[in-house]
Amino acid sequence: MKTKDEFSREHLLYLKRRRNDKIFVNCARVALIIIFLALWELFYRLGAIDGFIFSAPSKIFKSLVNLTKTGELFKHAGITLFETVAGFAIATSIGTLVALALWWNDRLRRILDPYVVVLNSLPKIALGPVIIIWFGSGTKSIVVMTILITVIVTTITMLSGFTATDKNKIFLLKSLGAKKPQILTKLVIPSSLPTFISMLKINIGLSWIGSIMGEYLVSRAGLGYLIVYGGQVFKLDLVYAATLTLCLLATGMYALVSLIEKITVGKKQTS
Amino acid sequence: MKEILTLDKVGLIYHSPVGETQAVKNMSFSVAEGEFVAMIGPSGCGKSTVLNMIAGLIKPSEGKIKLNGEEVSSAAGKFGYMLQRDELFPWRTIRKNVTLPLEIKRIKNKENEDYAFGLLKKYGLKEFADHYPDQLSGGMRQRVALIRTLAAKPDLLLLDEPFSALDYQTRLSVCEDVFRIIREENKTSVLVTHDISEAVSVADRVILLSSRPAAVRKEYTVDFDKDLSPLKRREDPRFRDWFELLWRDLNDENER
Repeated sequence: MKTKDEFSREHLLYLKRRRNDKIFVNCARVALIIIFLALWELFYRLGAIDGFIFSAPSKIFKSLVNLTKTGELFKHAGITLFETVAGFAIATSIGTLVALALWWNDRLRRILDPYVVVLNSLPKIALGPVIIIWFGSGTKSIVVMTILITVIVTTITMLSGFTATDKNKIFLLKSLGAKKPQILTKLVIPSSLPTFISMLKINIGLSWIGSIMGEYLVSRAGLGYLIVYGGQVFKLDLVYAATLTLCLLATGMYALVSLIEKITVGKKQTS
Repeated sequence: MKEILTLDKVGLIYHSPVGETQAVKNMSFSVAEGEFVAMIGPSGCGKSTVLNMIAGLIKPSEGKIKLNGEEVSSAAGKFGYMLQRDELFPWRTIRKNVTLPLEIKRIKNKENEDYAFGLLKKYGLKEFADHYPDQLSGGMRQRVALIRTLAAKPDLLLLDEPFSALDYQTRLSVCEDVFRIIREENKTSVLVTHDISEAVSVADRVILLSSRPAAVRKEYTVDFDKDLSPLKRREDPRFRDWFELLWRDLNDENER
């Protein structure tokens, strides 16, 4: 490979084109949101759209500032974040452990297979009333809802990851005299790491669905509650402010998992 | 010479929901210490199955398989198995890959590790010890796989078409290396292959298996000088004669 000062003119041009292309994409991204917000605000100011129904960027911003000042935003966001993270953590652990058990015992897997299929296709929200009766109308119910929505998918994803372990590599370990615990720790778990990471990413989305849906059903606090309340009293700026916060939190959590992915999977597991 | 492996009237029946298949029937042969035996046979005759039985991974339905006079029951660890693909673990460095057998057999200590690293060094792979498998070429990876196989100091090497996934050029050179390493480390080996020229170029003795149910059809003692390398053998005038003889017999077997 040639070093920087040996590059041909053509190669320098190529690098420049690449860089310009990147700059263009980034600028376009920023411009898109600015234009969208500006048009929205403009139409609102000109009276082309009704601020009561559609709200406006300035109103949403004001609402966000107010919510921050009173500390309400942090309270509600904190509650929802807690519910989401708790549900996410518990569901991920339980789901992975169940998947491990099903991988370990093939007969158990065959016995439970139809139940897993039914539970997976059941819309978990249908269990809402039962959950409320069992766990009351509070945080506990919402966490349970989050777990229910996430746990089955986790089990199915992880189990398929475990069972997709290269048969020849299992054979190799067996030929060395390896027993099941060794096959699990030396091969199945490390080779399922990419599946685990992509499962975490899916679960983030599902956990947010769970917690917000739970808050729609029963709650007196949280971002989902703010959204429902804002809708009921026609405070659309409140609805948007809460939704925006939700977006930021979810993106943050996703970025965190991406970071974990970079650290654990890294370059070495490309093949 | 001392016989290290003996198969005595071994038979195997496969069970499946639709019926049972006699895969191996009345198979007897033995392998002497330091010998390199190649097994060839019609495709689908169950060559690999025989290796699996020798390794104790499949229990024969009848007959006895003995290694060093002891009946093999499970993969107790006296075998080294080399497969078609290298099956190196991509998340482990070369160093960690070759010591895998030591971890599995719980014999990971300084002495054994040094032995494995010594092999890496001896066969020109030392500078790649901290690389990951996907940074190595196919031929190098297969050599690493052989060193991994040797790391636990097996009494018997079982080679299941170990070169068939490589391109022709690489296959010849890796075969050359593997042959040399096996000779230098003085290992007893059983190779399964469908490639007649490969069998003739490495083996002291070739066993021709019959089509299903597999049994020993014929044995040939290949009379090359023991230390003649595979490539040199291919240049030898007798190579052609051996090839033609085996080719004819294998064809007859295929048509049965």
